[in-house]
Amino acid sequence: MQGNGKQGQQALEGEQRWGAGVIPYAKMGYWEPDYQPQDSDILCAFRVTPQPGVPPEEAGAAVAGESSTATWTVVWTDRLTNYERYQAKCYRVDPVPGADNQYIAYIAYNLDLFEEGSIANLAASIIGNVFGFKALKALRLEDMRIPTHYLKTFPGPPHGIVMEREYLNKFGRPLLGATTKPKLGLSAKNYGRIVFEALKGGLDFTKDDENINSQPFMRWRDRFLYSIEGVNRAVEQTGEVKGHYMNVTAGTMEDMYERAEFAKSIGSIVVMLDLVVGYTAMTSMSKWARKNGVLLHLHRAGHGTYTRQKSHGVSFRVISKWCRMLGVDHIHAGTVVGKLEGDPSMIRGYYDTLRLDKIPTNPAQGIYFDQEWASIPGVMPVASGGIHAGQMHQLLHHLGEDVIMQFGGGTIGHPSGISAGAEANRIAVEGMIKARNEGRDFLADGEQILKELARKCPPLQVALDTWGDISFNYESTDTPDVVATPTS
Amino acid sequence: MRITQGTFSFLPDLTDDEIKAQIRYAIANGWALAVEYTDDPHPRNSYWEMWDLPMFDVVDASGVFLEVTRCREAFANHYIKVTAYDPSHCRQTTAFDLIVNRPATEPGFRLDRQEVSDRQIRYTVHSYASEQPHGERYRSGGSQ
Repeated sequence: MQGNGKQGQQALEGEQRWGAGVIPYAKMGYWEPDYQPQDSDILCAFRVTPQPGVPPEEAGAAVAGESSTATWTVVWTDRLTNYERYQAKCYRVDPVPGADNQYIAYIAYNLDLFEEGSIANLAASIIGNVFGFKALKALRLEDMRIPTHYLKTFPGPPHGIVMEREYLNKFGRPLLGATTKPKLGLSAKNYGRIVFEALKGGLDFTKDDENINSQPFMRWRDRFLYSIEGVNRAVEQTGEVKGHYMNVTAGTMEDMYERAEFAKSIGSIVVMLDLVVGYTAMTSMSKWARKNGVLLHLHRAGHGTYTRQKSHGVSFRVISKWCRMLGVDHIHAGTVVGKLEGDPSMIRGYYDTLRLDKIPTNPAQGIYFDQEWASIPGVMPVASGGIHAGQMHQLLHHLGEDVIMQFGGGTIGHPSGISAGAEANRIAVEGMIKARNEGRDFLADGEQILKELARKCPPLQVALDTWGDISFNYESTDTPDVVATPTS
Repeated sequence: MRITQGTFSFLPDLTDDEIKAQIRYAIANGWALAVEYTDDPHPRNSYWEMWDLPMFDVVDASGVFLEVTRCREAFANHYIKVTAYDPSHCRQTTAFDLIVNRPATEPGFRLDRQEVSDRQIRYTVHSYASEQPHGERYRSGGSQ
């Protein structure tokens, strides 16, 4: 409906516009179908489900209004401002293919509306009051185009993929990790044992789980001390750089800094945060991580409450974008084949958003705008949750090479022990990369390649025997509206 | 012990044909190739010695492999690796690397601990090889 300004939806002027009382948002200037977005505008694509009787243009205009300057009634004080500049403008509304009463509303925001370097400020407008707005049944922020002008006011990842690989001295293959299990209840000494065994066996990283902070059974300082011993013992035995993501998530910023400083002082190369700490806390830790040379891992705890349902919330594409802007080095972004939600094409969209420098519009992956990152380094996506060595060919196919594959249960649950589990994963990833580089069709031949590798690696054979046929085939809730048609 | 740096160190040592296949993959991607060697395999030794300059614009894997062979002849008891380098925008770093030569025995490392206050320990990874001067390490199958 671009450029199709219906009669009766156009902005009013003069006394009609400024008389006291209530007029539709579209008539207040928030629906502007002829608007040409500027290069410096922030653009949003919202999935809008209007209440009965609300026309789509008015619904889009209402979103634009409530996420920028509007309130429910006309206020004369608008006229003290250059209000047309500050009004967000809904410039296009498209019906969603195959959906009843859903529309994608495109809205442009002037750069002046947002504070530099503040995701909190951006979020307070874009996903603030408007998500509870009565005239809409449901609202979802699908994607955003962040202009370079705004992007460059953010720090970006403290290190990024390239710097991380150079520091780790690990190239050409996915990195491997594991989350310590059970996630709750282990004493610090037992916990460090798992770190040591998994790293010694072949993993690059081990990880605190999102909800392991500082509980009665294991306080944070004790966990850090035993974990770093496990890390250093594994470095000694392998000659590789390794790390354990020390979760510094805590109740206050001061506590987080204290824990991060301690992790740094004992030689940890990486600390982690949970998304639930909030955007401002994450940005503070991003700056701390760059200043102190410590990698920053982000677990996306809590995101499923607002990213999963297709009609309402915020897409994980947007969360990925914000986290790349405020700056983390790792972020959990889905596995496709594991136990957690993830349509393959949607996850491809998240991974592209995190890793690439230029991302073209691609509705089949949920990408609504061209996005340029202006050389801001990429974030390493983390694939975690219900994956195992027997899926290595599929994981490499879906996720590519710049990814951390985290096999928690798939390492620690190995019948021959934690080190054997780690070795199986490492052999599987190296063998699959080698086969790919040699020109084999690793996806089609994946099971055969794994069988060949397992002949020389008993732990891999045991892993395949234990988990080879485990899969999680449930229908995804968050799927593209447009399915790509194969052209060849 | 077996140092497991490099992209393929958990696999059996690659045969010469397998090494050439990896070199061909790098060439097909437009990556430069380089040969490096060291007798100091500490995990944080960023700078192995360069065996001549990186090979840009190569078209033939056998030419690269010839340099591997010559480096092996000169430094039979050193660690030698082949690195593929990706100069493209937003990469500008190593694409992959593989160890193509190892000393006959690898004495590895020991972990030194310095006990300090508050239960903290300062850890240092000590390479046994570095106890000998450069050039005298790994002779007759090892430094020990």
